[in-house]
Amino acid sequence: MGKWTRRSFLASGLVVGGGLVVGVALRPGNRQSKLAPLVTGDGETLVHSWVKLDEDNVVTVIVPHSEMGQGAGTALAQMLADELDADWDLVRFEEAPAISEFANAPLGKGVLLEGVDIPEIVLPTVDGILLRTAKALDLQITGGSMSIRATGQYGMRVAGAAVKEMLRDAAADAWGVPADEVIARKSQLIHEASGRTAPYSEFASAAAEMTPPAKPTLKTPEEFGIIGKHVERHDIPSKVDGTALFALDVRLPGMLYATTRRAPTFGGEVKSIDDSATRAIPGVVDVVELPPTGVKAMLGGFTSPESVAVVAEGFWAAKRGIEALGVEWNESGNEGVSSEAIFEQFDRDIRAGVEREADVAEGDVEAAMASAAQVLEADYRVPYLAHTCMEPLNATARVENGQCEIWVGCQSPLTFRKAVAEALGFEPEQVTLHNCFMGGGFGRKSRADYAIQAALIAAKVGRPVQLIWTREEDVRQDFYRPAVQSRFRAALDDDGNLLAWENTYVDKHEPVEAPLIPYEVAARDIGHVGSPTHVPFGAWRSVDHSQHGFFTESFFDEVAAAAGRDPYAFRAALLKDKPRHLAVLNKAADAADWGSPMAEGRGRGISLQESFGSLVAQVVEVTMIDGQPRVDRIVAAVDAGIAVSPDGLSAQIESGIVYGLTAALYGEITIENGAVVQSNFHDYEALRMAESPKIEVHIIDSGHAIGGAGEPGTPAVAPALANAIYDATGTRVRSLPVNRLDLGSPQERTDQA
Amino acid sequence: MTRVKVNGTEREVDVDPSTPLLWVLREQLELVGTKFGCGIAQCGACTVRLNGRAIRSCVTPLSAADGQEIQTIEGLAPGEGQRHALQAAWIAHQVPQCGYCQSGQLMSAAALLASNPDPSDDEIDAAMQGNICRCGMYGRIKDAIKTAAKNGGASAPAAKETIDG
Repeated sequence: MGKWTRRSFLASGLVVGGGLVVGVALRPGNRQSKLAPLVTGDGETLVHSWVKLDEDNVVTVIVPHSEMGQGAGTALAQMLADELDADWDLVRFEEAPAISEFANAPLGKGVLLEGVDIPEIVLPTVDGILLRTAKALDLQITGGSMSIRATGQYGMRVAGAAVKEMLRDAAADAWGVPADEVIARKSQLIHEASGRTAPYSEFASAAAEMTPPAKPTLKTPEEFGIIGKHVERHDIPSKVDGTALFALDVRLPGMLYATTRRAPTFGGEVKSIDDSATRAIPGVVDVVELPPTGVKAMLGGFTSPESVAVVAEGFWAAKRGIEALGVEWNESGNEGVSSEAIFEQFDRDIRAGVEREADVAEGDVEAAMASAAQVLEADYRVPYLAHTCMEPLNATARVENGQCEIWVGCQSPLTFRKAVAEALGFEPEQVTLHNCFMGGGFGRKSRADYAIQAALIAAKVGRPVQLIWTREEDVRQDFYRPAVQSRFRAALDDDGNLLAWENTYVDKHEPVEAPLIPYEVAARDIGHVGSPTHVPFGAWRSVDHSQHGFFTESFFDEVAAAAGRDPYAFRAALLKDKPRHLAVLNKAADAADWGSPMAEGRGRGISLQESFGSLVAQVVEVTMIDGQPRVDRIVAAVDAGIAVSPDGLSAQIESGIVYGLTAALYGEITIENGAVVQSNFHDYEALRMAESPKIEVHIIDSGHAIGGAGEPGTPAVAPALANAIYDATGTRVRSLPVNRLDLGSPQERTDQA
Repeated sequence: MTRVKVNGTEREVDVDPSTPLLWVLREQLELVGTKFGCGIAQCGACTVRLNGRAIRSCVTPLSAADGQEIQTIEGLAPGEGQRHALQAAWIAHQVPQCGYCQSGQLMSAAALLASNPDPSDDEIDAAMQGNICRCGMYGRIKDAIKTAAKNGGASAPAAKETIDG
């Protein structure tokens, strides 16, 4: 998010210069002697940066990603274990420590070089530079649906194959036989001619001394034995008996608890504090002010605003203390800002078109509009959204003797470590970060503000402190999914052919391709204008796709209706040259029995979205009850290239759909007096079981490049819902959330009965 | 001094009796499997059983638990090395993603099955309506509850398999 873009990275010359000839998973020499003490225990040998073997022949994969529910660790371990020909029963994984050697350069490669044609010969160089760059930029990020398609594909598989070759060479040396006669199978090395068999672990030490091969042989998809198979997630047993360790569960001797508050109006600062009532509460230990802290980070710098903390012997006293605190805030100048004013500003700026920048401009849109039989126009908009991870933001810190130890759940451990160090005036090496399971992340836990606060409080009070945000603070001090307005025009000829597509929206972030449509249209002009607001913003599951998926696929449905065409057939007709898109669309439509009759008051909508390298089509069925939709069923088809962990992919799509559906039905952060109105789950609602539809996920293994899983389920659900509501009622949904709309009464069904 | 019986063990705590039970469990009794989610009984992450009934411990003062029996996620399994039928079903259906809400989900489900061993879909919805899962695993939770009910609910504990990683 923020100002960082792939373009600016490439333009900076970091990728194209230089001359290191080393890979990411394959750095020559061995760093194991340096890394080993950091990641190995008794009886373990670090064979490769990401692979340990122990005396019982157990392989431990060191995963440079955080676990926020997506199950990446299991899928990445599958990828490495498959290439290693390991026995899955002997495979474990653990998260990499937050040190720069585990920066996930493959993510950088995936993010930064996607779509860039690099000659094969320079790839090792590119990898090497990216590792260097990744270290410099603190790239140990979990986000962008990148874990499997980048780290897994470019890192884990290569590392697994390399280690297998090293073990085979070590066995061949020891046995005095040619390496090509040694077979690796289920964590055993076998030389059939001499009848010798030994576990991998026997050669771990010898392999650890070797230089990894420059080009290990990777398997073809037909050879996969673990990739593509259903395996149970390793983290799940600990999540059904209460033993999974979240940052909130950390307990340190002598630990205090704290909670914080910032100015409700963004930009406000402390004018005065009356803490007499707070200090009178039994258990309250201290009241401390925390200065604003700027954070520089690759994916957009930000400021952790000034805040006030109450520190107490227990959280309950801290919470009562903060409620009793008399804080007067300075006026920030934003007191007059409301959601209404923000949308008026968006409307004005789109109309003015000042400094409009085109994402795509091809063909003569104006000429097409002038000659069209019909020109359609519509304005769409979506509100700000909060993340509301189930686990409220928290961090536990101990700062003593020039060292900081911090326990946190975060999506970017290296960025957090550096941010905490800078806030304390330390070097990053003086900070040890323990990353715990995250109780949800969704983009929010890529911002280090809560970790900085915990460290500053611990430093001030001189005792370990667990900072826990109240849910109210979590809702009111988020980095929000931006509100956006988007204006469309489309031109149709007499026969209902789409001649031109014009779109102008505010506030462009990432991914850059989010507003593009896959459909064939001769003239397109898609562009954006700047219209900044004072509301802090950040990445939210699927980022810009979350808005543009709704906008483009809903307006496209309007175009289909104006053309007098069935929305599925109209889409399919304009995807003739895109067989992958078409296959996904067809799969969803077939599985949902598209075109079958529906009763009065019911409706069906379809949508298609490409995001993070994956394609997802959805069909939503609704029944209108008292002017609101009940979502009965959602059928999704997904092509993520190769489904590494099919049930895991399905679970991620299900999850993405519910996250997107929650936002579409209920999600709205409104601004009044420059501050957020909502505060907790009673007024910022989440979908619950009774409203949760039946969801079917159909996976297409197309064999194409592996795509993302965590985010692609989210964008397509809002438009499919909106289109289903139109089908049921004849009313277009052009703004969200749906529960704020007057959708009228069901239309009489004459079209499909 | 307040006396409570937690997971079968008598405990005494010396805390302001108006303190919500959630914080006593987490801070004094160090039973951190029960989670904080909202503080106003809206999300269910803090659900525990008080005399068998599912309650939201974030709004239940310690005084209300005085002399009562409390069961938390740590006490759900029938014995060491065993799993409750719901826990086994949760694994079989691969329910948890982030896992943070699951202690509360399981305790609500356990209370349901204890009073209604064969619940209908609507009864499951009603019993689970207070528990939010932001990862959106409602379909899997419902399927897992039905599987556990089929397997005898609370009365038929499943052996713990050796699949921990």
